[in-house]
Amino acid sequence: MIRFDHVSFTYSGAERPTLRDVTLRVPEGELCVVVGETGSGKSTLLRAVNGLVPHFSGGTLAGTVSVDGRSTRDHRPRELADVVGYVGQNPAASFVTERVEDELAYTMENLGVPADAMRRRVEDAVDLLGLHDLRERSVRALSGGQQQRVAIGAVLTASPHVLVLDEPTSALDPAAAEEVLNSLTRLVQDLGMTVLMAEHRLERVLPFADRVVLVPGDGAPLVVGPPEEVMRSSPVAPPIVELGRLVGWEPLPLTVRDARRQAATLRARIEPMSPTLDGGPDAAARPEAACVRNLGVSYGPVVGLVSVDLAFRSGEVTVLMGRNGSGKSSLLNIVSGGLSPSRGSVRVGGADPHRLGAAELIRHVGLVPQDPGLLLYGESVLDECRSADRASGLPEGTTSATLERILPGLPPDRHPRDLSEGQRLGLALAVVLAPAPPLLLLDEPTRGLDYPSKDRLVTLLRDLADAGHAVVLATHDVELAARVADRAVVMADGEVIGDGPAHTVVCHSPVFAPQVAKVLAPDEWLTLDEVRSALAATPA
Amino acid sequence: MTSSARRAVHPLAWWAWAACLAVTAMQSGNPNPLVLLLVGGVCCFVVASCRGNAPWSRSLAFFLRVGLVVIAVRVGIEVLFGQRGVPGHVLFTLPRVPLPAWAVAVSIGGPVTLESILTAFVAGLQIAVILVCFGAANSLASPYRLLRCLPAVLYEAGVAVTVALSFTPELVESIAAVRRARRLRGIPTSGVRGMRGVAVPVLEGALDRSLQLATSMDARGYGRRNEAASVARRLATAATLLGLLLAAVGVYGVIDSGSLFGLGLPILAVAVVLCSVGLAVGGRRTTRSRYRPDRWGGQEWLIVGSGLVALGSMVLAHALDVAGVTVSFFPLAVPALPVVAVVGILFAALPAFVVPAPRRGVASARADVGTVAA
Repeated sequence: MIRFDHVSFTYSGAERPTLRDVTLRVPEGELCVVVGETGSGKSTLLRAVNGLVPHFSGGTLAGTVSVDGRSTRDHRPRELADVVGYVGQNPAASFVTERVEDELAYTMENLGVPADAMRRRVEDAVDLLGLHDLRERSVRALSGGQQQRVAIGAVLTASPHVLVLDEPTSALDPAAAEEVLNSLTRLVQDLGMTVLMAEHRLERVLPFADRVVLVPGDGAPLVVGPPEEVMRSSPVAPPIVELGRLVGWEPLPLTVRDARRQAATLRARIEPMSPTLDGGPDAAARPEAACVRNLGVSYGPVVGLVSVDLAFRSGEVTVLMGRNGSGKSSLLNIVSGGLSPSRGSVRVGGADPHRLGAAELIRHVGLVPQDPGLLLYGESVLDECRSADRASGLPEGTTSATLERILPGLPPDRHPRDLSEGQRLGLALAVVLAPAPPLLLLDEPTRGLDYPSKDRLVTLLRDLADAGHAVVLATHDVELAARVADRAVVMADGEVIGDGPAHTVVCHSPVFAPQVAKVLAPDEWLTLDEVRSALAATPA
Repeated sequence: MTSSARRAVHPLAWWAWAACLAVTAMQSGNPNPLVLLLVGGVCCFVVASCRGNAPWSRSLAFFLRVGLVVIAVRVGIEVLFGQRGVPGHVLFTLPRVPLPAWAVAVSIGGPVTLESILTAFVAGLQIAVILVCFGAANSLASPYRLLRCLPAVLYEAGVAVTVALSFTPELVESIAAVRRARRLRGIPTSGVRGMRGVAVPVLEGALDRSLQLATSMDARGYGRRNEAASVARRLATAATLLGLLLAAVGVYGVIDSGSLFGLGLPILAVAVVLCSVGLAVGGRRTTRSRYRPDRWGGQEWLIVGSGLVALGSMVLAHALDVAGVTVSFFPLAVPALPVVAVVGILFAALPAFVVPAPRRGVASARADVGTVAA
């Protein structure tokens, strides 16, 4: 269905090709997952399928890309719209119309689908993706997860043969992501649709994948094969695969079910080392870095937060979890002084963040927003670092040094807009962290991050906590939460519904439990590192 | 959605209504300020009761502000460069700036009379009210739905229009986002330096998104057509555009009978023929279809009708030469109210009572959440 024949692609101005001599066949009805590190060229590969690369990106493409027998050489993306549905990384930027329902119909209108067929297909997409409550809403007023679902629905209605998705679940909470993936597999199974998707959080996708395409980056040849094979050596792998590789399971498990079947001996072996769950004796003794009392906020008739009482302690990493739209971002925005609460009080280091001046505020609290690019507006990475140093009166080079720790080797003359999502996050983090605020807030920091970047993020956050910072992160990424958090707060509909040591909260929830915990239940192992050290201590 | 009460009004109906009111305001060379204020008031009233909660619904405020600027500029110019030598009540005298002999037609400074300022104010007010009519149409009708009413041939220009439409609301949103982000970075957001720091990333971001939008439109099949000879298509587009241009010239000629040597009507006729040919040829080869096209029903007729009544009453008042239709401030006097026109213009407020406002509430609140989350 999709054919790449000796495709090489070089962005204009780039020294080395992003893709070099790529030959790839994706047969009809296959779900093919593209994996690779941040910035390795996954998006370029996906965008080449319907000709957005090179028609809209510039650059030089050699070789042939064809879909359903139509080459992108003589078909522009619009002439491929009936065969390829493309959903980009940022769904909000792809919306053309104003209302959800119009958005769903847009592609069909362009294709000239008859009116009654359009009505039917819009209804189908509404049912398939659970958009019923949203159909009258403005596309700009949706949460990230809702936008993602609308964007997928909008290409589905045109019933393309091929669906190309660039990280479709990265903004979604675990349940919503599961829902989207389930509908994708249903499309593959029931309709024989061909799906090519890039994904960073492989733990959810791998069980559904027919094949995996590993993009190693730097123009190195692709590795293509069944998931078990590619995962054996892939630098990006979900925790369950890492666990399998660590223990040496054969065949390599891809699902919790497969892994549990092989895990009995491992469980028995490391059971005596099972982590204790006292939650840390000094937890309550740590000083409070920030607290909110009886906090409430509403947007017109919509309630964002209902009387939230929370305290964030120094030296503690707290994860905020919960559905899309459960109030996590609202809480972070209030604590960081970007939004004033309707009721209740906020204290950050003894001050009301909303009343602090800009220069004062960043010494109290730092927030990395959902879209880290918002924080960046310099001409280059170096420029960004220098202006951060100036804004907080730090000696020159402080931010650059922080950046080097987070993202080693980022070219200082690169424009922030030319960085990958992960690199942008790293830079934004460095900028926020430079003045060393006692309270650091992160809103969805793992969007678009690969496993190595996440590892670095985890180390960094742990280091910060050990150095006495209070770290709060809102995330859907249960694996990250399990590795980094001391404490987990679960929110639903603007209320705190769970608050306690991360081990307890996370392990006991079927939605939030990480893969390692699921495999090794009932013992409360959370992370690979715990298992690794336990294995080292108990020779077989 | 199926009940007619909640059906969105056809965007062209609002535009026609607003156009009627704008032409009403334009009817006289020396308009009555009270009539102008009434037209502006009717616009604001109808917008206040019929607008929805979309980003463009708040654009009237912007047009009101621009209108005030227009009035201020018009009066300011009058004070500085106004006609001198006309007798009247002198308010104050500006020092006269001596100009060389060749600039004798221009004068700077001198005595400023109440009459000249009033005249300038009314002239400014007229432009401001026309702007308000335009703003009302903008607030009431979804520009996206209006775009859908465009004939297929003109739809080609739609990329530019769609991008432009999304540009303004996104600009407003991203200004807020950038200001928040700068606060997070500890950089002041006010003052000249703050403004410059905000402007660059905002424009950059907006341009970026415009590009992404164009990409997305293309990826989703925008601008596809069946295998038609491109020469015919180009001819159709050219004919339509030329026709529209001639139509504009022709309308000007019809309104201002002194210009164009009375060729207004013939030009208009040619324009209509060109447009019809272009639309017919171009429309045949489009592959587009419409999802839930806007329907033209009773409430649309009512809206347009109320606008026409206002316009008609003004034309009638002119024809009958009712006192107060044209007002001169030489000599100074309180203008009379032309009752016929006033009643007609008040009739244009009818949509405010008949057309139900679109549902508000949840959607608008979520819009705020969206900007906050950004």
